[in-house]
Amino acid sequence: MSVFKDAGHLFRFAGLFVLAFLVFLVVRHYIVPKSFGQYGHYRGAAIGEIAARPVKFAGHEACEACHSDVADKKNSGKHAHVNCEACHGALASHADDPSTGKPVLPDTAVLCARCHTASTAKPKGFPQVDPANHYPGPPCESCHQPHNPGMDAPKTATGGAK
Amino acid sequence: MMITRRQMLILLPAAAVAWESVLAGTPEESPNYKMSDHWWGMLIDIPKCIGCGNCVRACQTENDVPDGFFRTWIERYHRTDWPMTESGPITPNPLIAPEVISPDGGKEGFPVATDESGKYFFVPKMCNHCADSPCTQVCPVGATFISPDGVVLVDQTYCLGCAYCVQACPYGCRYIHPKKEVADKCTLCYHRITKGLTTACCEACPTGARQLVDLKNPNDPIHAFLKTHVVQVLKPQMATGAKLFYNDLDGSVR
Repeated sequence: MSVFKDAGHLFRFAGLFVLAFLVFLVVRHYIVPKSFGQYGHYRGAAIGEIAARPVKFAGHEACEACHSDVADKKNSGKHAHVNCEACHGALASHADDPSTGKPVLPDTAVLCARCHTASTAKPKGFPQVDPANHYPGPPCESCHQPHNPGMDAPKTATGGAK
Repeated sequence: MMITRRQMLILLPAAAVAWESVLAGTPEESPNYKMSDHWWGMLIDIPKCIGCGNCVRACQTENDVPDGFFRTWIERYHRTDWPMTESGPITPNPLIAPEVISPDGGKEGFPVATDESGKYFFVPKMCNHCADSPCTQVCPVGATFISPDGVVLVDQTYCLGCAYCVQACPYGCRYIHPKKEVADKCTLCYHRITKGLTTACCEACPTGARQLVDLKNPNDPIHAFLKTHVVQVLKPQMATGAKLFYNDLDGSVR
């Protein structure tokens, strides 16, 4: 085998390459996360981690499970499509454990105006009033029940203007 | 433990079923959720949006979005009338250059408009959860990806914060989180939709202008809606496969 005569340095070099490749494979095995490549070029476990984050808005089904009386009232009026937490805010903590404090009642002067302040930028069919001219004194709920805001709806609040 | 042939015959199909659910992927906290059954998107009904900012506030609450950064925001467009003089138009074409405002992302609503001229409308914006998303393609480390159910997510433990994806998104929907120093974006409330809830923005929208849609669900009303309405996506010329469908979108929206 005269071809391999004096070729020892090449074999040593090739051996070094093979060794480096094996080291690479071992290091790679420990560095690349286990679920990497499970669904694609990313860490598959990340999906579960993102899905496991806590929820802050409970969702209207959770509200309606206990407050069915309010839900029925709301669903019979013009605010039927407005979810509870659109006005009352995120209340998953309350839904998980109702004993943890009473949710703060929203201030109708701020709350109603957010949607119903008149602006030519809003869709024309949307009910809008100018808060400065539309009975500026008393709070909105003197006349309009937030859960069923039509004027023919029964009113439970007192002291409002007729 | 000895396994009889009878037990084996029962166990084998059970193992096959279990393996199928492993292949389909089951996020840890949602045992009944199967990723292969869903393909998420969203419908935004422009004529219903009143610009109240409920969605922006709800998103910030639900996802701890830092002040001054937005996973969703609202823009108010004003496509003005186009005054013509004898020497031609004196303003740029409002279809090409509409007036757009978005004070603090519309978080606290918009200033009252009294001008009756032109056409006003609100455009809620957020991640389009593109099926061929440019942002996931540029990530050098595989930290952002399209999940098997069609949601563009960021693995924040893997992200380097190089911000390449922030530049790649043609819709401006990503930002670098000022504290975490990694890319942050809308997750389509992945932690909610996998639990059977709708997104925080849809939950808080008082007019139903936003609706979460599952394109793989044959009973989803989106299929009928897409047949009967003029629905558009943003920047269709970029072929991103956007799944944020805008009903009655004005041609001036960019």
